Amino acid sequence: MKKISVQKLHGNPADILMLCMTLAFVVVLLCPLAALFSKAFLTASGEFAGLENYIRYFSTPALSVSIQNTMVVSCGSAVLGTLLGFLYAYGLTRTGIKGKTFFRYVAMIPLFLPTVVHGLSLVYLFGKQGIITGLGWDIGLYGKTGILLSEVIYTFPQSFLMFSIALNYADGRLYEAADSMGCSSLKKFTHITLPSVRYTLINSLFVCFTLAFTDFGAPKVLGGNYNVLATDIYKQVAGQFNMNMGAVVGTLLLIPAVISFGVDRVTSGKDKEGISSKAQTLKIKKGRVRDGFFYLICIAITLCLLSLVGVLFVGAFTKYYPYDMSFTLENFRFNPSTGGIQSYLNSIEMSFLTAVLGTLFTFLYAYFIERGKCRGIFKNTGKILSSLPLALPGMVIGLGFIFFFNQKNNPLHVIYGTVMILVLANMVHFYSVPFVTASSALKKLDKEYENVADSLKIPGWKTFCKVVVPLSLSAVLEIFMYYFMNSMVTVSAVVFLYSARFKVASIAITHMEEAGDIAQAAAMSLLILLINVVARGIYEICRRQRSRERRTCPQKEKAGIHFLKGRVQSTM
Amino acid sequence: MKMAFLSVKNIVKKFETQTALNNVNVEIEKGELVSILGPSGCGKTTLLRIIAGLETPDMGQVFIDGKDCTPLPPSKRNFGIVFQSYALFPHMTVEQNLMFGLNQQKQLRKDERKERTREMLEMVDLYDHRKKYPSQLSGGQQQRIALARALSLKPAFLLLDEPLSALDAKVRIKLRAEIRRIQKKLGITTILVTHDQEEALTMADKIVVMNNAVIEQVGTPKEIYNMPKTAFTANFIGTMNLYQQDRILWGVRPEAIGITRTARASDQAYHKGMVEEIEFRGALTRVYGRLKENQEVICADMDSRQAENLLLKEKEEVFFYIPQSGTICYPSREAAERNTA
Repeated sequence: MKKISVQKLHGNPADILMLCMTLAFVVVLLCPLAALFSKAFLTASGEFAGLENYIRYFSTPALSVSIQNTMVVSCGSAVLGTLLGFLYAYGLTRTGIKGKTFFRYVAMIPLFLPTVVHGLSLVYLFGKQGIITGLGWDIGLYGKTGILLSEVIYTFPQSFLMFSIALNYADGRLYEAADSMGCSSLKKFTHITLPSVRYTLINSLFVCFTLAFTDFGAPKVLGGNYNVLATDIYKQVAGQFNMNMGAVVGTLLLIPAVISFGVDRVTSGKDKEGISSKAQTLKIKKGRVRDGFFYLICIAITLCLLSLVGVLFVGAFTKYYPYDMSFTLENFRFNPSTGGIQSYLNSIEMSFLTAVLGTLFTFLYAYFIERGKCRGIFKNTGKILSSLPLALPGMVIGLGFIFFFNQKNNPLHVIYGTVMILVLANMVHFYSVPFVTASSALKKLDKEYENVADSLKIPGWKTFCKVVVPLSLSAVLEIFMYYFMNSMVTVSAVVFLYSARFKVASIAITHMEEAGDIAQAAAMSLLILLINVVARGIYEICRRQRSRERRTCPQKEKAGIHFLKGRVQSTM
Repeated sequence: MKMAFLSVKNIVKKFETQTALNNVNVEIEKGELVSILGPSGCGKTTLLRIIAGLETPDMGQVFIDGKDCTPLPPSKRNFGIVFQSYALFPHMTVEQNLMFGLNQQKQLRKDERKERTREMLEMVDLYDHRKKYPSQLSGGQQQRIALARALSLKPAFLLLDEPLSALDAKVRIKLRAEIRRIQKKLGITTILVTHDQEEALTMADKIVVMNNAVIEQVGTPKEIYNMPKTAFTANFIGTMNLYQQDRILWGVRPEAIGITRTARASDQAYHKGMVEEIEFRGALTRVYGRLKENQEVICADMDSRQAENLLLKEKEEVFFYIPQSGTICYPSREAAERNTA
C-alpha cells in the first residue's frame, strides 16, 4: 500500500501543479500579511516593540479621532446604503413599476467608476463652485457630509444587488396563505418579507460598513480636515515614511473586514435555506399607491446617479466650468505631469493582464479543488486560502506588498515598480468572488465527466480543455469581466504600489484633482466609464448569445445556483 | 487453480466515519453479467469504483485477467462505464461524443473510427440521431448513447452504475432487455450495480447481494430468490413473512401461502387467522392477516381471480395454509438480532 502512495506523490501531475499553485498563493498572500504584522510590532530601527506602536497611536489625540470619524461615516453609510439598496431592490422585485431593466442598469453605474470619481462628481454638484451650491444650497461638502454621501453612492449598488437576489426568491404560497387568513399588507411585510431577507440584511450592513471603513478614494477627495483611517495610513506611509505606524493602522483596517468575513461565513446561504424547491413565483398584485411610492424612490435615486455622470460630461466638455461653458475637447489633452493619456493605457494594460492571469489562476485552482484528482490536504488548504482575500481591504494588501516585495534581499524584488506587482495585488484583492463563481460553476457539471473520459483513455488536460472549459464558459467570462472592471476602478490596492514609471488612471485622477485640473479628471473618469461600459456590453452580448444557444438545448438549472450567482455579483 | 477473469480479494475501504467495504471478495467469470445488489449506502457503488480504479482501496487487491491491477489508474484498466446521470458531453453531438474517445486511438485510421461510430450507434439503433445534441434526446436514448460510447473502444469489461435509475418505469423495462441483448451478443463481462431487485433478477447471470459493507450472498437469481441464506436477503428480494418459533427464525414467501375456509384437521400446516386488509394489485391480490396462535402478521399473495372466487371480507376468519416445503429456516444468529432490534 505504501508503494502506491509514494508513486502517487511522484507521478501525479495534478498534485505537483496544485502544490506549485498553493506555494505561489502563500508567497503572494500570506508573506505580505506576515510582513505587515511584523512591521506593526517593530520599531523603525527594526527592534521588537510589542504593543508600543499601538499605544503611541491611540495616545495621539489627532489619530484616535480618526477612528471615531471612521466609525461615524461607516455606520452612517452602512445604514443609509442598506436602506436605499433595500428600497430600490424592493421596488424592482416586488412592485408593478415599469422600466425595471433601465433602473437596474442605472443602479450599477457606481460600480463602473473609481470611488474618487464619486467624490469628484459631488464636488461638481456641491463643491464651492458646484451647480447646486450656485443655486444657493451649500451643504458644506468637505468633511463628514461629503464622505458620507460618497460612501452611500459607493455602497448602494452592493446592497441593492444583494437584496434584489434575496427578494427575487419569494415563495408565492406563503403570501397566498397569508391572504387567505386575512393578513394586512404590513403584517405580510413584517412577518414574511423581512424574515426571509434577514440574513441578507445583516450581511448588507456589514459589507457596506466594511466598504466605507476601508475606502480611500472618497475621503482623499472630500475629506478636508476630517481624517479617517484610510487617509491616515496614506499620510503615515506616503507622507511621513512612517512604515510602522502605517502597519498599525493597516491592522486596524483589518478588524471590521475580518468580522464582516466571519458574518458572511455564518450567514452565507442561510436565506436560501428557507427557499423550498416547491416555491411558486409570487404574483405581483395591483397597488397604485405602492407603485407610485416606489416610482418616486426609484426615479429619485436614478436621477441622483445619472446626475453624477451628467456633471462629469459637463465638466469634461466645457472650457472652464463654471465661468466659460463653451464646448471643448481640450480637456482630453491630458497634462503629462499628472499621468497623461499613458496612465489610461497603463490601466487597460494592467486590468487586461489581471483579467487574463487572474482568470487562468482562479479557474485552474478552483478546478483542482473541486474536481482535481489530487490529495485532500491540498484541496482543503486551497479552500481556506481562497476564502481569505475576501477579508483583506485593498490598502492592507497594498501595504503588505510594499513591506514584502520592497525588501532588497527578496528575489521577487525585481517586480517592484513594474506592472506585475499591480497585477498580483489586484489578483489577490479581487480573488475570492471569482473563486466562488468558478467553483459553483464547476460543481454544477456532472461529477462523472472526468471518470468517463478516463475510461475512454482521454488525458486529463484534454478533458479540461475540451469539456470543462467549454461547459463553464459563461463563468469564465464573468470572472474575466469581474477582474477587468474592478482593476480599472481600484485605487486602494494600487495607491502604494504604482511607480512614477507606471501610473494608472484611477491614481492619475486623484493627482489631477489635487493639481486642480478637475476638468481633466472628469475627462479621464469618462474614459474609464467608457471602457467599462464597452467591456460590459461585449460581455452582455456574449452572454445573450450563449443563452440563445442554450435555449435550443435547454438545461435544467436549480434555483440555488441563481442565488449563489447573485451573491457573487453583489460583492463586486 | 484457474483464476476468474475479474476478481476482487479482501477489499477494505473506509471513509472518514464509516466502513464502505469490509473484507469483500468477488469472482466474476468471463462473459458473465453480474449484478451487485443492495440498499443505498451498502457499499455497492464503492466496490464498482474500486474495480474501475476511481477509488483506491485501503486494503486488498483487484485482479483483472490474472494481473494485479490495484495500483493502475482507470485509463490502464480497459473498461467502459455507464453512469446513472448518463454523463454525456452536452456540447457535443451524439457522434462527437463517441468520436471524442476514438480520436485518441491513434492506431485507428480515420475511416475506421467513423466506421466504429456507425457500428456502435447502429447497435443501439440510434444512428439516425447522430447529429443531435444529448438534450434533444429522451432519457432512454441518452442512456443508449452512453452505452454505445462505453463500448466504442471495445473494452474488456463493462461497468454499469445504476444505469436505469433515472428513467421512467416503462423505459426502464425496455432498456433492461436491450442492455441484456447487447451484452449477450458481444459476450462482454459486465458488472451492474443496482438497488432494484427486479432489475437484478431479470438481467443478471449472477447476483451479489450486499448489505452494510459485506456480501450477504452470491448466487444465480433463482438461488437468491428461492434459497435466501439470510433474512436480510429474503426480505430485500421480494417479500418474506418472518416469524419465530422456538428460538428459530422461519421465513415463507407470500405466494407460497394459501388461504382456505376449511382445514384438514390433522394437518399442521393450517393456521387459523383473521383477514385484516385486502389489497388488489392487478394480477395478484395480497391479503394481510394475523395468525390466531401467536398474533404474528402474515401476508399472502393469490391470483386475483381466485381471490374473487373466495369472496374474502375483512375481519373474516380463515385458514392460512403454510406448507413445509415453502418455509426456510434461518440461523439463530439472526433470530437473536431480531430479538434485540
